[in-house]
Amino acid sequence: MKLLPGKVLQVFLLLLFAFTSFTAFSQTQISGRVTDSKDNSPLSSVSVRVKSTGKTVQTAADGTFKIDAPSPSAVLIFTSIGFASQQTAASNGAVNIALVQTNTQLQDVVVVAYGTRKKSDLTGAVTSVGAKDFQKGQVSSAEQLLQGKVAGLQVTPGGGSAGGGSKLRIRSGASLNASNDPLIVIDGVPVESNGVSGSANYLNTINPNDIESISTLKDASATALYGSRASNGVLIITTKKGTGGKTRYNFNTKLSVASVSDFIPVLTANQVRSIITAQAAATGNNTYLPKLGSATTDWQRVIFQDAPAADNNLSASGTARFGNGFKLPFRASAGYLTQTGVLTTNRFERISTALNLNPKMLKDRLSVNIAFKYSNTKTRFANEGAIGSAVAFDPTQPVLNPFGKYGGYYETLQADGKPFDLATRNPLALLKLRQNPGYVDRMIGNVQLDYQLPFFPDLHVQGNFGMDNAYGHGYTLVDSSAATNYQKHGYYSPYKQKKFNYIADESLLYTKDLKSIKSKVDVLVLHSYQDFYTNVYNYSGYSQAGVIDSTTIPNFASDKPEYRIESYLGQLHYNYNETYILQGSVRRDATSKFAKQNRVGYFPSVSLGWRLKNQFFKNTRFINELKLRGGWGETGQQDGIGYYSYLPIYSQSTTTAQYQFGNTYYNFLRPSAYYGDLKWETTATTNLGLDFSLMNNRISGSVDAYEKKTRNLLSTVPVAPGSNFNIQLLVNVGNITNRGIEASLNLVPIKTKNFSWDLNVNGAYNKSKITNLLKVNDSSFKGITVSGISGGTGNSVGKHFVGYAPYTYYMYKQVYDAAGKPIEGLYEDLNRDGVVDDNDRRLFKHPSPDFIFGFSTQFNIYKFYLGVTAHGMAGNYLYNNFNSNSGTLKAIQNPLGFIGNASANYLETGFKTPQYLSDYYLENASFLRFDNINVGYDFGKISHGKATLRMSASVQNVAIITKYSGADPENAGDQGVDNNIYPRPRTYSVGASIDF
Amino acid sequence: MKPIMIKQISAFSIATLLLCSCAKKLDLLPVNDLTPATTYSTPAGYKAVLAKLYGTLAITGNNGPAGQPDISGGLDEGSQVAFIRGLFNSEELPTDEAVCAWDDQTIKDYHSLKWTAADPFLKGMYARCIYDITLINEYLRESTDDKLAARNITGADAANIKASRAEARFLRAFNYWAMLDIFGKSTFITEDDGIGVFLPAEKSRADLYTYIVSELTAIESQLLPAKTIEYGRVDQGADWALLARIYLNAGVYTGTTNYTGAITYAKKVIAAGYTLQPVYSQLFMADNDRRKDEFMFTINCDGARTQAYGNTTFLIHAPSGDDHAQYGANSGWGGYRATKGLADLFPDLSGATDKRAMFTTTAFGTGLSQITIPDIGVFTNGLHVNKYKNIRSDGAAVSDPTLGFSDVDFPVFRLSEMYLIYAESVLRGGTGGDPTIALGYINAIRTRAGATVIGVPQFTLQFILDERGRELYWECVRRTDLIRYNLLTTATYLWPWKGGVANGTAVDPKYNIFAIPSENINSNHNLTQNTGY
Repeated sequence: MKLLPGKVLQVFLLLLFAFTSFTAFSQTQISGRVTDSKDNSPLSSVSVRVKSTGKTVQTAADGTFKIDAPSPSAVLIFTSIGFASQQTAASNGAVNIALVQTNTQLQDVVVVAYGTRKKSDLTGAVTSVGAKDFQKGQVSSAEQLLQGKVAGLQVTPGGGSAGGGSKLRIRSGASLNASNDPLIVIDGVPVESNGVSGSANYLNTINPNDIESISTLKDASATALYGSRASNGVLIITTKKGTGGKTRYNFNTKLSVASVSDFIPVLTANQVRSIITAQAAATGNNTYLPKLGSATTDWQRVIFQDAPAADNNLSASGTARFGNGFKLPFRASAGYLTQTGVLTTNRFERISTALNLNPKMLKDRLSVNIAFKYSNTKTRFANEGAIGSAVAFDPTQPVLNPFGKYGGYYETLQADGKPFDLATRNPLALLKLRQNPGYVDRMIGNVQLDYQLPFFPDLHVQGNFGMDNAYGHGYTLVDSSAATNYQKHGYYSPYKQKKFNYIADESLLYTKDLKSIKSKVDVLVLHSYQDFYTNVYNYSGYSQAGVIDSTTIPNFASDKPEYRIESYLGQLHYNYNETYILQGSVRRDATSKFAKQNRVGYFPSVSLGWRLKNQFFKNTRFINELKLRGGWGETGQQDGIGYYSYLPIYSQSTTTAQYQFGNTYYNFLRPSAYYGDLKWETTATTNLGLDFSLMNNRISGSVDAYEKKTRNLLSTVPVAPGSNFNIQLLVNVGNITNRGIEASLNLVPIKTKNFSWDLNVNGAYNKSKITNLLKVNDSSFKGITVSGISGGTGNSVGKHFVGYAPYTYYMYKQVYDAAGKPIEGLYEDLNRDGVVDDNDRRLFKHPSPDFIFGFSTQFNIYKFYLGVTAHGMAGNYLYNNFNSNSGTLKAIQNPLGFIGNASANYLETGFKTPQYLSDYYLENASFLRFDNINVGYDFGKISHGKATLRMSASVQNVAIITKYSGADPENAGDQGVDNNIYPRPRTYSVGASIDF
Repeated sequence: MKPIMIKQISAFSIATLLLCSCAKKLDLLPVNDLTPATTYSTPAGYKAVLAKLYGTLAITGNNGPAGQPDISGGLDEGSQVAFIRGLFNSEELPTDEAVCAWDDQTIKDYHSLKWTAADPFLKGMYARCIYDITLINEYLRESTDDKLAARNITGADAANIKASRAEARFLRAFNYWAMLDIFGKSTFITEDDGIGVFLPAEKSRADLYTYIVSELTAIESQLLPAKTIEYGRVDQGADWALLARIYLNAGVYTGTTNYTGAITYAKKVIAAGYTLQPVYSQLFMADNDRRKDEFMFTINCDGARTQAYGNTTFLIHAPSGDDHAQYGANSGWGGYRATKGLADLFPDLSGATDKRAMFTTTAFGTGLSQITIPDIGVFTNGLHVNKYKNIRSDGAAVSDPTLGFSDVDFPVFRLSEMYLIYAESVLRGGTGGDPTIALGYINAIRTRAGATVIGVPQFTLQFILDERGRELYWECVRRTDLIRYNLLTTATYLWPWKGGVANGTAVDPKYNIFAIPSENINSNHNLTQNTGY
């Protein structure tokens, strides 16, 4: 328009006026309130749109809104993330509406390998647990959120140390010598299974408060996409992302205190005094009597403490809007946890931050998801040997010896006044005179891109570029006065490690909805490359004063182990008429851990889902879902073995391993045993499952039956002496079968406006059996000795034996007297050959459970809730090594000439010397543990409606029901040997959470 | 399509293509460890492997004292796979010279003469010797003329490596001798066998004997002349000494005696210029390398640089208790003592009439009630042996200032053993020797010990056995001696706790040979069990 004549301008203004006045004339205002259908709480930031005009507002913190509409009965559309959209017409300018939660993230859509899928589309055994169902209370490590929540997933904390980790087993272990840990994927980055130096537990670097959901992938049709690392199942951790609407803040705080609830039963000082006095009178041997002290010390109470912790987290989530219309949904969070351990000196601190950005660009065709997590942890490791010392140390002696050397602690000394090397050390001195801090910085970050091709919208080009880097360092410092290291005037030993792990995935995703033939199809093709690189710095040891210990000078200043995996995969998913679902995939993995000719493995899977609901019960209202699933697939395993096991390698000996020729000392070069033909361990899994949901989803659950057959086990087996540079070798030999059934049931027995009751019960039965251990079958093969114990040297109580579960106990059958007391040293001659020897040991019971089960329930009454969770195991046995090693007279009257303490079990057996291999010490360790009781109250709006407040309180590790006589029947070791674990404390916590 | 998108997609595609071409990146090698090619590329590499061949007798792995064991398989590095400790347990514990107080697995079965094929200590000893031989074979494979030429190693370097092959073969024969003596047969491998998962063959006792003798004879001329090689390595002296010991026991090993052979080779050693050192006790002290004129072969230990729990470190800690300072050790492990059987060989136990009686310490005496061992599990019971001492005769400091590890070199062959072999072989009818010279040798040994000289009437086989007990106790020859005299299992000679009974009892003659560890038979069908097990 070159000119703007006055007339035209006039008309324009007139029209504009007319339009606005018309609008003003016909406008009316609709107001109302939006609530959550579940508990009638107000919903803020709900987007309210007038259908006819497109005008949009958001609800306020109290759920209210006002919007201009063309008529008082205009149709409004309400949308909010996590809720089903609703459309309703206002009446007389008002509308109150309750939105129904969809739990889109948690129930309808499940995070699976390389993507998400509608739950109804799943063909594999996948359980997803969302944040609201996580374990409550003070949880410092992510995996503990799942305790007792997933059928077939066993989470066993290694003990109660601050920030400590857990053993994770999905459907029991499939390997003997390779790792049995599941693969962990964090926001699309499969992370390394090995930790970093200075970390008590690699998973504690992730703040549980940032986690939105964890998917547990159990069968091969779910895991096969992860190919060679997926034999033991996969846990996919997804962190919280930005929400729509205006920025919301959450601050939550938790204070807790932990204390030891069950001490290990030992003799009291007076019991020790009377036993030694009686022994001296009976035998005339006065070696020990003069060594008795006059103190009364309960060493366990000396070393354990009440341990407070504080956990504070702040997060902000919303969508940032920029002037040019660019919208950036984000979530940012920061957390600080400080936790003391119940064992004196143990401490854990974590600073964590997380940032998620998930904008859409290029007309929404490009979805970007940036996830970045950084944490800094500081762990002060306590010397856990003090726990063993505390139960073994002479209770008649005092803690301190104020005039003595060795830090002023009482120690058992030799005649020359120096500490007796082989005697038990003062437990408190072990803790107080040693510092062992570890510092870890870890960054996990990735960028995921999804670009929908404009000219071919069915095709998405995707990329995932990520890193998982860590820097761990720390040191051990033992005071020069400590009895443990007095000879070299204390000890200082630093360490440092850096990890650089990178991943690059590129993929094409094709999705097509072919309505004409009632079919939906999607195809994924992906290439992935992952590099794991560690730089280990080697240092000498020093005295406390910094004098170098020349025997500890390392040969190399650093070591740089590295391995890589390259993968291609393809997946086809086909859905016919929402009734038949077919999924097939194949992954090709190549790893640097094997020689060229064995490097590549193919891992296929195929699975079918049949939605009986849609086939037969389409109109049956009380059936909401009924689906049969069946699948088969193969996965591999290569974690847990060395990076270069297939290579012939010579390595140099240390400075303390040299040989003298003439006047010169020479370091050695030693060849290592190797097996050039090392290759993938392969597990074939068949799974059959049924998902159901009934009575308006009030009853739902699933049942799965599976068989996992592992072949070419990466096993360390005996080889003929003389055939290699060792008598055992890591080779591919052996088979294991795991069979099991697992079920979970979710019930909502009561659901009214003000009262609801939820209940989840899950259980799993698994039977593991080694079916072969040798290349050539041999009926006389005696199995592989495993499960070394403490006491004596080299004693073991278990076997890998064909036909039995891994780590089956192999012990003598104890003979008892008429009163039921075990007779010392008398065992049954099981083969009746007149001598009791090794051939009379029997394979009997195993440490892994037959059944594992979990239980969670929650009651909501008005704004109050109460939750209880429990888990348990049955059929698992445990060797009570503490009783076998310490429940004897020898433990009190140590033959080396000092007094110690014994297990209270000595009073029952009266054993003089240890009977390590007696099955008297093998105990049924089935248990039911009440993990958690938690209560909470939702105060709703506070501070004039600007914020909402919830408060909660919980008790963790409430109680345990078991027949096991030791301190704790739940043992994280595969071998089933109970030996002074760090006790799991009972923890009381209170928390508050404010949204504003 | 807008240009910006084209750009992005092409950038993406290029990145994808770049990342795809990484198949070659899967060939990764460790940065510090060596491949065989790099190991043997220099003469220094050969010497480092040769040091390992010797070192396998002194220490148990690549990290002293423990941590990177040569041999795993559920065995304890400190107590079960060390050569000296394994040899000591096999050759001393079943006899009157040693008992153990500990409860470590089956260790008490040794003195009770009731071990089984499942014994882990036996498994460890079998594994140690065969492991050593496997390493030696690898060295022989890598040091052939062809390989040296291919690696451009020539001149003096090549000559040295070639000469070291004879030493390697001696060490192989020595390890096979231990198998011959302890197990009575052996897994048999040579440099013609490779490395893998194959099943090696077995050699019977007679065939193994023939092989060892032929090897020792074959390398005799290739080894350096006696007393000429650097300390710690073997020359003809060691070769002759081993032949002399083997010929002395040929009757046990093959059923046919060869005392003449024993005399021949004992004479060669004696003629080579070795001399008895003046002070007996100094032969077993921290600076006993200064007594090398009496030794044909020592296994060298050093408290700082050659650390293990199963070399002479074991011999100073295991027999000491509160009296550890007299052993030059920082602590006592309170385990090993001798029985009254050893005590009875000495006219008195104070050392006054025979300086070799090193039994009294500040903590332990030699009272009768003590040395009859009422309770085998009580360390104070028994005759305490203070023979090996990590103390220098010159009073200087030992290598390990904390006294945790021992400097004492373990004498495998000493001149006095050659004297005793000569004398016994002469008495047993071997030819080439002279009874008067033989008696002179015995009196030379006794004179050094401050004991009275003997005349012809006392010069009997029983006296030789007893003299061997006095001179060579705790030097790992006692079991072989008792078998040669048919006393190990029979009722003729009893000592406390023989057969597991306080006063001693006869046992099945099968215990003259140890059992083949059953696990080895399981993993190798070519192996056979010894009669009776």
